[in-house]
Amino acid sequence: MSRFEALTGDNAVAMAMRQVNPDVVAAYPITPQTETVEFFAEYVADGLVNTEFICVESEHSAMSACVGASAAGARVMTATSSQGLALMWEIVYIAASNRCPIVMSLVNRALSAPINIHCDHSDIMGMRDSGWIVLFSENAQEAYDNIIQAVRIGEHPDVLLPVVVCQDGFVTSHGMERVEVFDDEAVKEFVGTYKPRYPLLDIEHPKTLGALDFYDYYYEHKRQQVQAMENATGVILAVAEEFNRKFNRNYGLFETYCLDDAEVAIVVANSTAGTAKVVVDRLRGEGLKVGLLKPRVFRPFPARELVEALKHLKAIAVMDRSISFGAMNNAGPLFLELVAALALHGVRVPIADYVFGLGGRDILPREIESVYRDLLRVAESGRVERLVTYLSVRE
Amino acid sequence: MAQLKGWKEIPIAGIILEAGNAVEYRTGGWRAFRPVRGEAECIHCFQCWLFCPDSSILVDAENEKMIGFDLDHCKGCGICARVCPVNEKVIRNAGTKLARDDARLCIRIVEEGRVKE
Amino acid sequence: MATKLIPKELAKRPDRLSPGHRLCAGCGASIVVRQMLAAIDAPVVIANATGCLEVATTIYPYTAWRVPWMHNAFENAASTITGIEAAYRSLVRQGKIPEQNVKFIAFGGDGGTYDIGLQALSGAVERGHQFLYVCYNNEAYMNTGIQRSSATPLGAHTTTSPAGEVIPGKQQKRKDLTMIMAAHDIPYVAQAAPSQWRDLMQKTRKAVDCGGAAFMNVLASCNRGWRHATDETVELTQLAVDTCYWPLYEVENGQWRLTYKPKEKLPVEEWLKRQGRFRHLFRPENRHLIDELQAEVDRRWERLLRLCGET
Ligand SMILES: Cc1ncc(C[n+]2csc(CCOP(=O)(O)OP(=O)(O)O)c2C)c(N)n1
Ligand code: SF4
Ligand code: SF4
Ligand code: SF4
Ligand SMILES: [Mg+2]
Repeated sequence: MSRFEALTGDNAVAMAMRQVNPDVVAAYPITPQTETVEFFAEYVADGLVNTEFICVESEHSAMSACVGASAAGARVMTATSSQGLALMWEIVYIAASNRCPIVMSLVNRALSAPINIHCDHSDIMGMRDSGWIVLFSENAQEAYDNIIQAVRIGEHPDVLLPVVVCQDGFVTSHGMERVEVFDDEAVKEFVGTYKPRYPLLDIEHPKTLGALDFYDYYYEHKRQQVQAMENATGVILAVAEEFNRKFNRNYGLFETYCLDDAEVAIVVANSTAGTAKVVVDRLRGEGLKVGLLKPRVFRPFPARELVEALKHLKAIAVMDRSISFGAMNNAGPLFLELVAALALHGVRVPIADYVFGLGGRDILPREIESVYRDLLRVAESGRVERLVTYLSVRE
Repeated sequence: MAQLKGWKEIPIAGIILEAGNAVEYRTGGWRAFRPVRGEAECIHCFQCWLFCPDSSILVDAENEKMIGFDLDHCKGCGICARVCPVNEKVIRNAGTKLARDDARLCIRIVEEGRVKE
Repeated sequence: MATKLIPKELAKRPDRLSPGHRLCAGCGASIVVRQMLAAIDAPVVIANATGCLEVATTIYPYTAWRVPWMHNAFENAASTITGIEAAYRSLVRQGKIPEQNVKFIAFGGDGGTYDIGLQALSGAVERGHQFLYVCYNNEAYMNTGIQRSSATPLGAHTTTSPAGEVIPGKQQKRKDLTMIMAAHDIPYVAQAAPSQWRDLMQKTRKAVDCGGAAFMNVLASCNRGWRHATDETVELTQLAVDTCYWPLYEVENGQWRLTYKPKEKLPVEEWLKRQGRFRHLFRPENRHLIDELQAEVDRRWERLLRLCGET
């Protein structure tokens, strides 16, 4: 019930979108997401989907139309990158607050200025508090699988939140990979039909959505969003389990690689995790006890589970592909959150942050190896010498 | 307002399921002036109904009669009196400027608290 | 058969906007909404931009709307309604919901339309969605406390174009948005005013039945911002029409038509002098602004007459 195709990440997402066959797609082109929009436009032109494709005049309108369509009762998808997401920002929050289970493919790209079309994670990190569920994908296959699962996660009655699926710009979006593509029927069956809770188009039962909400109720509505996020963790795991049963690929909140018996480990998301695996293999060949943790679910942040998986280590490095300017030690967001999680659970493992790859700067295996070698020294001394390292930036 | 509800008791997303429940909110208390029936005969033209910003002209739609004012909601803007063609005629016939609460009008605008009906 | 445009007939259907909303006494916005919605027999779904109308009609947990209604943000009522309309077409086409001849309407203030929402509006009508965008135009950002917009007329006092010792109110003339929308060459564009209610209702009907994107610019006085008594709303709107400051016309599939010609074109001063926002213009040193306003009105009126083949 599947076949293998050579696909780019953008194409793989478009393929998943075709198979999900959403009622409405509103999107605007931006490098490196553009191909997804182009592929999808072709599916529409060829009559391969039932989708109303709204070719909007901006990303702000893309997200606005998505929110309108989703509130109306439609299954809705979109895709963007970087500046496009930045322009959507205002409505990104509204999508989550209005409990619109929109699925968005985000092809991670650096934010201006200076303008740069290549990969880093500053775009997604800016929306981390917006109320969306955030999934990372190491490669085109995972992006494809995540998009399909995202539909089920977001639309679950206990969740009803939008979901963003990340993949690395160019590295994944434009790299050709062997991707297992499931049969259309199987995907259709997996995603099922969307049953909106309060569709605006239920004309006989007029509803008002988006009222002015003062101090007497705004907070209660935010509390409901917290609950939805809390519920999401279980739903994400349940959907992953069902996905595994049907499609035979296992997903969790994160992936571990040679972690159980490791003494030191790197935590890194998206495509760089793939590179890191190669390094782990090589160092393991030397008998070094190194491992890897690749986050999949960033929102809701699985703090307890992460700590459980990492607490036996003697040293941890987080590799952040963005900077939280002005935050503690100008570290990266992933690091900051993991440090908080460890502290909260009373786990004291030496931990350091390695910011890397901003604006698409290459990350080479030998650099990842150098991080592991740092970690092994920290494991021995028990002391972190430099809390935040900006890898491979020229002095 | 009724007892404030907890987050588990209200629908998600701030959605309001009771269409038009604003009628429960009485804006009549805002009124400094009040529309009152005057002596002139209403011709039931429904101009006042057409222009009232607060849907506060009560009509018997079946029998096509203007029957009064919804004082729970009327804010006393006085527009009904201004658009009433009978008022216009009364004023024209009087030949002078009439006070808004002149008894001869079809709709009079009277200061709240001074209403004698 | 469509309900006759006779108030007694129209009153037989319940109001689509309930009382209990919190617009100021005498606000023109709800008059526009009530009249327009009363003219439409079909079901409607509404998107509303942030602004007085939106804020005052839906204060949680209350809503004055008896029809499906949604507010998204300030500048995106047009894109929001196109999302809803696209969802409708998609779901109907797939047989997921029944076809019910639903009319899609967006309401936005002049700020949400002329200024911050212009791009979204332009894009939405260019895409040819079937919807009506209504700008209820009170010529300033009223909800935030009467700030200038590009619809604010020359010389008007607002809180961001105050009439000061040196600068007498707004220094720029208003943008002609109806013309800009007509230049989009969409099936229906019109300018209207609630004082001419039948004209407004007829235009509303044409707009929602035009089979594509429609735009209507409707003058809706704000007594707070314009500074006049609460009962003068309708009269002042009509004065704007009779001075040809706010001509009533439509552009139907490229055909321009004047829908109301004042018996006598009054000087714009007649309209200005009734509003506190223009009071400073009547000081001798500012009289030239009234002349400029009159010249603008005359020039635009002449151009409109030519376009409508009236000369
Ligand atoms: C993006 C954004 N900028 C500014 C505001 C603040 N704001 C809310 S309503 C409004 C003015 C509305 O003016 P208009 O559209 O003319 O409607 P009115 O209130 O006059 O009816 C402004 C500036 C906002 N809500 N969102
Ligand atoms: S005074 Fe104003 S609100 Fe009251 S009934 Fe007359 S028009 Fe309506
Ligand atoms: S009160 Fe005046 S405007 Fe109203 S129906 Fe009677 S005559 Fe007409
Ligand atoms: S401020 Fe003006 S536009 Fe806003 S509700 Fe009051 S009268 Fe209406
Ligand atoms: Mg305004």
